[in-house]
Amino acid sequence: MSPTPRKLKVATVSLAGCFGCHMSFLDIDERLFDLIEHIEFDRSPLTDIKQVGACDIGLIEGGLCNAENVQVLREFRAHCKTLVAVGACAITGGLPAQRNHLDLGQLLTEVYRSRPGLSAGGAIPNDPELPLLLNKVHPIREVVHVDYSLPGCPPSADAFWHFLSDLMAGRTPHLGHGLIHYD
Amino acid sequence: MSTSLETAAPDAVAQGLRRVAIDPVSRVEGHGKVTLLLDANHRVQQVRLHIVEFRGFEQFIQGRPYWEVPVMVQRLCGICPVSHHLAASKAFDRVVGALPVTPTADKIRRLMHYGQVMQSHALHFFYLAAPDLLFGFDSEVNRRNIVGVAQAHPDIARKGVLLRKFGQELIRATAGKRVHGSGSVPGGVNKHVSPQDRALLQRDVAQMIAWAQEAVLIAKQLHAQNPALYDSFGSFRSNLLSLVRMDGALDLYDGVLRARDTAGAILFDGASDQDYLGLIEEEVKPWTYMKFPFLKSLGPELGWYRVGPLARLQNCDFIPSPLAERERLDFIAWGRGEPIQATLAYHWARMVEMLHCVEVIQGLLDDPDILGGELIASGPRQRGGVGVIEAPRGTLFHHYEVGDDDLVTMCNLIVATTHNNQAMNEAVRSVAREYLDGRELTEGLLNHIEVAIRAYDPCLSCATHALGRMPLEVTLLGFDGALIDRVLKSHSGEFRHDLGTVPSVSV
Repeated sequence: MSPTPRKLKVATVSLAGCFGCHMSFLDIDERLFDLIEHIEFDRSPLTDIKQVGACDIGLIEGGLCNAENVQVLREFRAHCKTLVAVGACAITGGLPAQRNHLDLGQLLTEVYRSRPGLSAGGAIPNDPELPLLLNKVHPIREVVHVDYSLPGCPPSADAFWHFLSDLMAGRTPHLGHGLIHYD
Repeated sequence: MSTSLETAAPDAVAQGLRRVAIDPVSRVEGHGKVTLLLDANHRVQQVRLHIVEFRGFEQFIQGRPYWEVPVMVQRLCGICPVSHHLAASKAFDRVVGALPVTPTADKIRRLMHYGQVMQSHALHFFYLAAPDLLFGFDSEVNRRNIVGVAQAHPDIARKGVLLRKFGQELIRATAGKRVHGSGSVPGGVNKHVSPQDRALLQRDVAQMIAWAQEAVLIAKQLHAQNPALYDSFGSFRSNLLSLVRMDGALDLYDGVLRARDTAGAILFDGASDQDYLGLIEEEVKPWTYMKFPFLKSLGPELGWYRVGPLARLQNCDFIPSPLAERERLDFIAWGRGEPIQATLAYHWARMVEMLHCVEVIQGLLDDPDILGGELIASGPRQRGGVGVIEAPRGTLFHHYEVGDDDLVTMCNLIVATTHNNQAMNEAVRSVAREYLDGRELTEGLLNHIEVAIRAYDPCLSCATHALGRMPLEVTLLGFDGALIDRVLKSHSGEFRHDLGTVPSVSV
């Protein structure tokens, strides 16, 4: 990895994802110790920074399923020079988008009122603290401009590694043979 | 069992309360936030851990062919995908009549599972929890992460990373891929372990045992250095639930259900996982997406319980591996004859389990059955089944029914973190009462609340079944301002959506 003049700031977030992309990122294993010589984490599930600051790179896992996801995505777009859709959910909506053909109202009733083992008289949660749902799960490119997409469910650790190495070296990222897959 | 502070008294609300939110809860898996309501004198009136995420898996799995499900459900959670992969496989073993699966399938699945518990526990202890435990709960915020640990304790960080790597490599060798593999199928597994992979893993396993022992020692020393804190922080009495092997041994892959009361006496034992609906009921509260399970026999007030490492180590009679059993006895002795109720004791228990996992893995790697033998079994077809497993965070239930056309007609999941819902809420209330009440809140004080939550290693992605309230109208606009989606809710609670034309986005 060529030396960089200053540490790049990287923020990461999981929207309507499963954290699998974050796990795969951590699957770079001991290469993490090389990476942190060149980058500094801003907001991320791995840090306690709750608000995204000015960053060079934003890695977005997961699609959009509620209003809060949309707000967080917009904050990332506003603060990150380069925004990356990481994994199937961010790029296409992924598996959670399988709810898109279902009626939300019916879904509510089904999950809360007719599942086995529920106490009688349970109502649907209705607290203002709960973020508002979108009736479909959307890929992030429908709301903000996305600079790069890193495909896979999840992308492999090597894909993360090569992608970030390219970005850090100022090269246009190019995933070589074997690093692009969609499963 | 106190559930005070769940809801502020109406007279307090009438006088006006200040809301403080910890949003998002960080260094946990998934999406949660904590809200506190405080009066003018900084007295805490209400504390709630809200799970704010919905994905609706239980519903859209219905209608899918059953053989897809073990692969699909891994997308519930990227930290413990193998738990869902295997719990679903176990449920569908019943559907295809594979009772039991072949010895080869059983051992390869166990290898996959113990590898996963090992990696998940390593991830939690070293990457997520260590900053609080090593630097202090109100240490400098920018240091409280794995990078800070790597800088201050490079040796600990490196061993943690390599312990997790070993577990992840086991998953790759058995499931085909580190995250979201496909090794387990209804009725068995679809591949053997290759001799090359086995040799690689065998090469490192003794080193992993040594490092896992060191990890137990770190956890033990933390308790010994500050017993007052570690015994009292977020401590409260609760019932316990876990699987145990038929003979009472700790078993993370299969067994019978056992529960103990707050004094450690057995409530029930030897219960079949197929009868879980007779034992557990779930309550819904309006302020969180996560349900509140409780033991039916005790009711919602007294029947909530804890699952996971703290429950498992105290629920079993012994650990069937020598090094971890010795550590379990040390752990139990710490309670001086009483059940250990302290939230932070989860960390110690978790590391004892990690050591046990490596011991089990060492034995399985030497077993020739993982290299050859029958992979799949089948028998008379059944209409459905329940699959239960001890996931890293606790007992995980998958329940499915399947039609004659192979499509899933019913799916019900109770995930580990959901069982701990009430316990996590109790923990944050206990900590709020003890550390925050009447004080000016600082970032460091608020982190105490998160420390209590992190001890449970919650997996909040897993734990979402349900939906929140829709507003009167929600709109989703594209970055060019065009309407992409709009949802309207009528006063009667009926939903309809108005779809704007989706703009063509050129990226």
